[in-house]
Amino acid sequence: MEYVLIFITAIFVNNIVLSQFLGICPFLGVSKKVSTASGMGAAVTFVLVLATIVTYLIQHYVLDPNHLGYLQTIAFILIIAALVQMVEIILKKVSPSLYQALGVFLPLITTNCCILGVAILVIQKDYNLLQGIVYSFSTALGFALAMIVFAGLREQLQRFSRVPKAFDGMPIALVTAGLLAMAFMGFSGVDNGLSRLFGLN
Amino acid sequence: MKKLKSSLTNMVLVLTLITIVAGSALAYVNYATEGQIAKIKAENLANGIKQVMGVAADEQFDYTTEEAGDFTLYRSDRGTAVQSVTGGFGGDLKVLVGFDNEGIVLGYTILEHAETPGLGAKAGEWFQKGQKGDITGKSPATTNFTVSKDGGDIDAITASTITSRAFLLAVQNAYDQLMKQPDAATAASPIDQKGGPNK
Amino acid sequence: MNNMKVLINGIVKENPTFVLLLGMCPTLGTTSSAINGMSMGLATMFVLILSNFIISLIKNLVPDMVRIPSYIVVIASLVTILQMVMQAYVPDIYATLGLFIPLIVVNCIILGRAEAFAAKNNPVASIFDGIGIGIGFTLALTLLGAVRELLGTGAIFGVTLWGESYGMLMFVLAPGAFIALGFLIAIVNKLRKA
Repeated sequence: MEYVLIFITAIFVNNIVLSQFLGICPFLGVSKKVSTASGMGAAVTFVLVLATIVTYLIQHYVLDPNHLGYLQTIAFILIIAALVQMVEIILKKVSPSLYQALGVFLPLITTNCCILGVAILVIQKDYNLLQGIVYSFSTALGFALAMIVFAGLREQLQRFSRVPKAFDGMPIALVTAGLLAMAFMGFSGVDNGLSRLFGLN
Repeated sequence: MKKLKSSLTNMVLVLTLITIVAGSALAYVNYATEGQIAKIKAENLANGIKQVMGVAADEQFDYTTEEAGDFTLYRSDRGTAVQSVTGGFGGDLKVLVGFDNEGIVLGYTILEHAETPGLGAKAGEWFQKGQKGDITGKSPATTNFTVSKDGGDIDAITASTITSRAFLLAVQNAYDQLMKQPDAATAASPIDQKGGPNK
Repeated sequence: MNNMKVLINGIVKENPTFVLLLGMCPTLGTTSSAINGMSMGLATMFVLILSNFIISLIKNLVPDMVRIPSYIVVIASLVTILQMVMQAYVPDIYATLGLFIPLIVVNCIILGRAEAFAAKNNPVASIFDGIGIGIGFTLALTLLGAVRELLGTGAIFGVTLWGESYGMLMFVLAPGAFIALGFLIAIVNKLRKA
């Protein structure tokens, strides 16, 4: 039940993009079309879960025992960068079709702050490995959900509305994102109700 | 100066060099700031305890520390400050509550929270002395420490019932924990923080 | 290009927030009040100036193929140093900005300037570029923070102007961040065309 709670909280209540403000760059940058948005979402899900597992192991078996906690940031970002490279190379060899679909998004992921952010959050929240995996997976799903819904909105906006000149492009996208964030605020408090329902409090 | 070629030796050499320089710089700064970080944390804690116990900041105040599960108790001859955690609206809500020897609330402070700014985050002032939800001077033994909506005696923060419930639960838990423990005067005193037998 | 021009360029013509639209996560995430926005801007500026300077110094020592990892190591070290120093001397600000301090590493402004400016120019010009972009970023964050604080709580830099009861709380919360920034960029667009 605890995992269900983590799952729902990470997707809806504390949505990584709309309430935690992580991963805003790809959220605004590659959300003009639903197809690219879903590609990005899939790539992030893949890398995020992998990165969380590896950084978790590094933190608990390398950094902590040697009292090297202060190397956290530098170690994590290097791991993420290396991981992204590796995923790219392996995908290219093993599954060219998947590489075709996700390839273009991979280099963008290194500087996606939601990867580093989630890796650090998992350590800060003191999750165990399984909780960390569930958390990172659901966070990534939340990211993908926000991306796809937002891209859908932007497609419609592009087609059917006349936007004032000054608002064209980024400004109207930001206002739309604001409205979407407001909709997601409707979920706030749901996690509390659920944890009471599950008897976890 | 000409740019170095991307030969394997050069690349490995440069990366190793940069990492070593960066690593040693970090180790040095860590060594230099470690003491200060620990000192600030200890000072904040000491000030927090003085505040909730109603002691002036410059007054000498001795206490002993005691860990009990999720709770930490700081005992002194004037009463006990208890640190307790519950789940708030946006994450953990960590409070420090001061009780006198009769179990009456002297004061409190919020150590950590993730409540909504402007709503739940008001908990820092709302329950203080003279405010609308004043809990000081009351004891959970005689006062019902739940919000009035749930039939209790404390006014909830406007539009932040969940935060208010979490806060009051934290206070109640702290009180229960305090009552569970043996009395401060009769308990074998653990090592004194300042000027204990070791010094 | 002379140094003054480089400096002004970073503040106005290539303003990272309003024109280049870079570094959006800290821009939205830390500007719930003017003072928070300003602290975040200054923290980023500190890293940016030093990283520009160091990278411009070592640019010829680093082979092209390992350029990016080397830069990332330099930036990550600077961020960690900043993190430790802030924790030791300004713990309150550190607690407010929280996760966004280590995330300066992945702020695209920093790596972007390293690639676009510091790797091509001399150390002195790179420092000026860092100062210019840093000030531009700080001003933008402070402005956004001030707007949100004023609309949301009726105060500015903590000084109450018309009281909380007339504030639109939404502007302090997540949706307000997006909407306020959208409107500010629209205003900047309008001004630039005029």
